[in-house]
Amino acid sequence: MTDAIPTLARASSLRLTPAFLVGAALVGLHVVVGLMTLLWTPYDPTAMTGGRLALPSLAHWAGTDRLGRDLFTEIMIGARIALAVGTGAVAIAAVIGVTIGLLAAFASRTVDDVLAATLDILIAFPTLLLAMLIVAASDGASLGTAILAIGVAASAIVARLTRILARRVLAMDYITAARVSGTGWLGIIRIHVLPNIWPTLIVNFALQFGLAVIAEASLSYLGLGAPPPNASWGRLLQEAQATVYTAPFGAIAPGLALVSLVIGLNLFADGLRDVADPTRRRR
Amino acid sequence: MSLIDLTAVSFSYGRGRRVLDGIDLRIEAGRNLGIVGESGSGKTTILRLLLGLALPTTGRIAFNGAPLDPGNRSFMRDFRRAVQAVFQDPYSSLDPRQKIADIIAEPLRSLNVETDISAAVAGALASVDLPPDAAQRYPHEFSGGQRQRIAIARAIVSRPELLLADEVVSALDLTTRIRIVELLKTLSEKMTLVLVSHDIGFVALLCHDLIILEKGRVVEQGPAGSILSSPQHPYTQRLLASTPRLPDFA
Repeated sequence: MTDAIPTLARASSLRLTPAFLVGAALVGLHVVVGLMTLLWTPYDPTAMTGGRLALPSLAHWAGTDRLGRDLFTEIMIGARIALAVGTGAVAIAAVIGVTIGLLAAFASRTVDDVLAATLDILIAFPTLLLAMLIVAASDGASLGTAILAIGVAASAIVARLTRILARRVLAMDYITAARVSGTGWLGIIRIHVLPNIWPTLIVNFALQFGLAVIAEASLSYLGLGAPPPNASWGRLLQEAQATVYTAPFGAIAPGLALVSLVIGLNLFADGLRDVADPTRRRR
Repeated sequence: MSLIDLTAVSFSYGRGRRVLDGIDLRIEAGRNLGIVGESGSGKTTILRLLLGLALPTTGRIAFNGAPLDPGNRSFMRDFRRAVQAVFQDPYSSLDPRQKIADIIAEPLRSLNVETDISAAVAGALASVDLPPDAAQRYPHEFSGGQRQRIAIARAIVSRPELLLADEVVSALDLTTRIRIVELLKTLSEKMTLVLVSHDIGFVALLCHDLIILEKGRVVEQGPAGSILSSPQHPYTQRLLASTPRLPDFA
């Protein structure tokens, strides 16, 4: 006999929630703006194009900074730097973290215990503090050093999450069934482990992306990030600090840019999880 | 010739106590075997040994007369193709991220079986009474009984000689149990079954021989009919007395 298959639970259309669409729009806007700066900006970001600390106007949409440079142009450049740092740091964290996490999940109990303890110690350091230590130990502040430092610091969190998720998957009967089916360990990672853990990982990557953007802004604020003339949002905030009461828009504009990108990334990540997980799709 | 032989097999986890002790067991083609015992009796460990997922601490396991050799890839490919399994929990035995077609085709791909994979998947689905369009769906779209059928389809797609079933009906309701028993009975015409269960009534419906395990030791073994009609060991008598029976399909 043939059992009736319930049709209500069939996977059909993807659920694109309003939150996901808002997140995608915010992230997309920053990506477009960041890429656009490779070809065009309203003004030369290093040129004095107006009066000092001018209010927003048609000529200068976000006003000018204390040297008379166009703030909107600098915020556009800042978007490019934020995206570069986020992408680079998350890529480093993903490669190092996922590799170590999978090794720990598959390792013997002793090796797993050592790796888990090492990760716990690394995680005990705040990401920013660890990044500052790495920057301080390197040749000096640069965009590349900031990316490396933030990526390495975030990799411990990614590794621990990967280890937990992978061990949970490895305990399932379908892994035993895969072994009985003749699938090797690399095949099990590729076919079963990674597809089952990546929806959670990608949410974490997006979170780490946002944290990397904040960490880079913090490093730049402290003078340990992208050096001038790179118009990092953190450096813009630091420069606006002195004039925050007389020209608050110099701090508000890069702050809004930073917050909108991080919120957009978080909303986008939640939506991605729904898309990636067939068990969350409903008609 | 026997398919699998266990000779004086013992097994311990690490330095702990012996989970299995001095097991002698022969699985012959065409004679279904039931391995019965309560929780902790060593049933699942025997299953892992029979599947080559663990090696005995002492003793010998042979497949078609040759010692089981996990390091020999060619040997293990033949072994995996010939010996497949269905597990207890239909909800954790299917990868939720994979479509049914990929789940069922996994043994064919992993064992490099040269065949038309789509046709083999459709054939396996038909064997377990599921429609062809099930192949393009995900496990969460199916009931527990349907999932167990899919797990059976995966196990039989490589046309094994031996199908090991670990408590395959214990997580199912009574109606679905009866359907799965009917399906296993049909499959037993093409392959040998080894049923591992705490439910002596269930395995007795399908098995020619029974082995009764208590605390890692075989306390009674022989033809199912004689064990059911005149159990010798007090543990077997207790098991029989405490197990509700399904309707007789024999």
